[in-house]
Amino acid sequence: MTELRVLTARMVEHPTDSHTLERYLATGGYEGARASLTRTRDDLVGLVKESGLIGRGGAGFSAGMKWSFMAPARPSYLVVNGDESEPGTFKDRQLLERDPHQLIDGMIIAAVANEAHHAFVYIRGEYPKPARRLQQAVVEAYTAGYLGPGIFGSDYDLELTVHLGAGAYICGEETALLNSLEGRRGEPRLKPPYFPAAKGLYMLPTIVNNVETISNLPHILTRGVDWFKGLAHGEDTGTFMTSISGHVNKPGNYELPHGLTWRELIFDVAGGIRGGNTLKAWIPGGASAPWFVPDRHLDLEITKNVTDANGSMLGSGAVIVMDDTTDMVAAAERLVRFYAEESCGQCTPCREGTTWLDMILRRILDGAGRAEDKDLLLDVSDNISVGLAWPPRQTTICPLGPSAVSPIMGLVEYFPDEIAAHLATSPLSGAGGAR
Amino acid sequence: MTWSRESLERAEAILQRYPEKRSAVMALLYVAMKEDGYLSDAGMAIVADLTGLTAAQVQSVATFYVMYKTEPKGRYLISVCTSISCFLMGSDELLHAIEDEAGIPAGEADDTIGVEHAECVGACGGAPACLINYELVEGLTPDKGRELVSWLRKALPDVINADEVQALFGGRTSFDWAIKEENGAVGPYPAFPVLGTAAENTSALEPGRG
Repeated sequence: MTELRVLTARMVEHPTDSHTLERYLATGGYEGARASLTRTRDDLVGLVKESGLIGRGGAGFSAGMKWSFMAPARPSYLVVNGDESEPGTFKDRQLLERDPHQLIDGMIIAAVANEAHHAFVYIRGEYPKPARRLQQAVVEAYTAGYLGPGIFGSDYDLELTVHLGAGAYICGEETALLNSLEGRRGEPRLKPPYFPAAKGLYMLPTIVNNVETISNLPHILTRGVDWFKGLAHGEDTGTFMTSISGHVNKPGNYELPHGLTWRELIFDVAGGIRGGNTLKAWIPGGASAPWFVPDRHLDLEITKNVTDANGSMLGSGAVIVMDDTTDMVAAAERLVRFYAEESCGQCTPCREGTTWLDMILRRILDGAGRAEDKDLLLDVSDNISVGLAWPPRQTTICPLGPSAVSPIMGLVEYFPDEIAAHLATSPLSGAGGAR
Repeated sequence: MTWSRESLERAEAILQRYPEKRSAVMALLYVAMKEDGYLSDAGMAIVADLTGLTAAQVQSVATFYVMYKTEPKGRYLISVCTSISCFLMGSDELLHAIEDEAGIPAGEADDTIGVEHAECVGACGGAPACLINYELVEGLTPDKGRELVSWLRKALPDVINADEVQALFGGRTSFDWAIKEENGAVGPYPAFPVLGTAAENTSALEPGRG
């Protein structure tokens, strides 16, 4: 299977020094940033809109549209979301570690387009090595005059601060990230009114974009919109960067053309299932995405629209593969536990609901499940995500709570027999065993 | 109670990297951990002074994030990822082996070693993985986990260098690490130059402020 390397080209061609300024400049680096200084805001926003670049952090929203919503108040800020913490996702870690100048180049373009003179990268605290590599690149860029006062000899000033988080999944949510960057608890803000483009960092207009999204910008600027759109399959432009993990023979990050099927991704790209086992299910877009199963979804194309139409999402591009040895109740419990641990606690349906979902799954696993537990799981889920619809109709400020419902729905819809098998071992289930 | 001159200078540099003082709280909490080995009440009070917040406001931030430890966690904190991808690849067996070898249940610590379970650390392609003082080791097995614990107890390394630990105990990685690094962690908090926690001389790593 042919990979399509754009963001990951330099690190493959120059593995030992792709992170240095010298190598970056020798491979056309910072031409995008220089070019952006000669263009107007409208011009740059239009360009990114036309490119069809969508946010690669999970929500899948048009980057150019996001930029166009910037309110007129100034100063404005650019914040790059490097909090990557959706279980299954590790692509931004590689982009930060192996090609940090590509990100800085893109950040200059995004800052200029949005008239920001101070930019931040929020990196999760568990990523000190990527943060060190980026910090080293930032120092190189300052020394070269690409950051600081009058970048590239222009009259444009740009400061860049690398900020380290401290272990909270919720800070990947953009308004929680901004609260965190302001030195507060990482609790999401209500939208409206707190859309970052209007009332963001310090209540000023702020653009929040993901590491991969920003890393695309130098390529769009230097190679042009037509080239970028030329990579497209349908409405998905650019490349498809995916992190594959779980029970495959070749887990890892892959940068691919759009339009593969799941069968091609799992069996050709990722080398199939370990030990000759059988594919049981996979999660198509990070832990929060509803599950896919082979008999219904294996030959679907991996595009945003097809995935959405089939009741899931491509999200962060992470694919978690489970073989036939997997206890699906245990897998669901492990997913739900994550959300229970990471709930910020602001909204009752999420704080209480995720905790109860986890406790119910644990008692089923422990052989202490009750006959009504399957219905109870659905009832609690319905309180977090009304009507159990997809996309979720949430009762909470942010989507974290509804994310815990995805594994419950997958378990109940595709693997009800496994719940029943666990319940059959419980003396409390009325399914057998002594009372 | 005050901080060393180096930490106070570091704090001053950190404060200058943000448009508003309050934004420096998270970085300053790491400096406080470096001073005391964990986040003490006295350390939080100094952070409050530096940022113009109350001690209660600083505590409310500190207790929200799992990496700020308000109790000592030993010299080497081992955080075993037990989220979905690591779970599928045997993280529970790894955690049990590490707990057993260290003689420390998850969540506790002695003077040398702390053990905890962690939520997804972004090493899913190299599962199961753990962090030692937040430096990553991927592709572990229960046996290698035991060896890692006994090595920490015997060798008492001054610096946890990810490349070294990976070479000794790790296996499959999420992607090719490719570039070796001398740097590493000197305590149970992330090694990041701006925080002054890295092993090397970091003064050259701070961006100019003009």
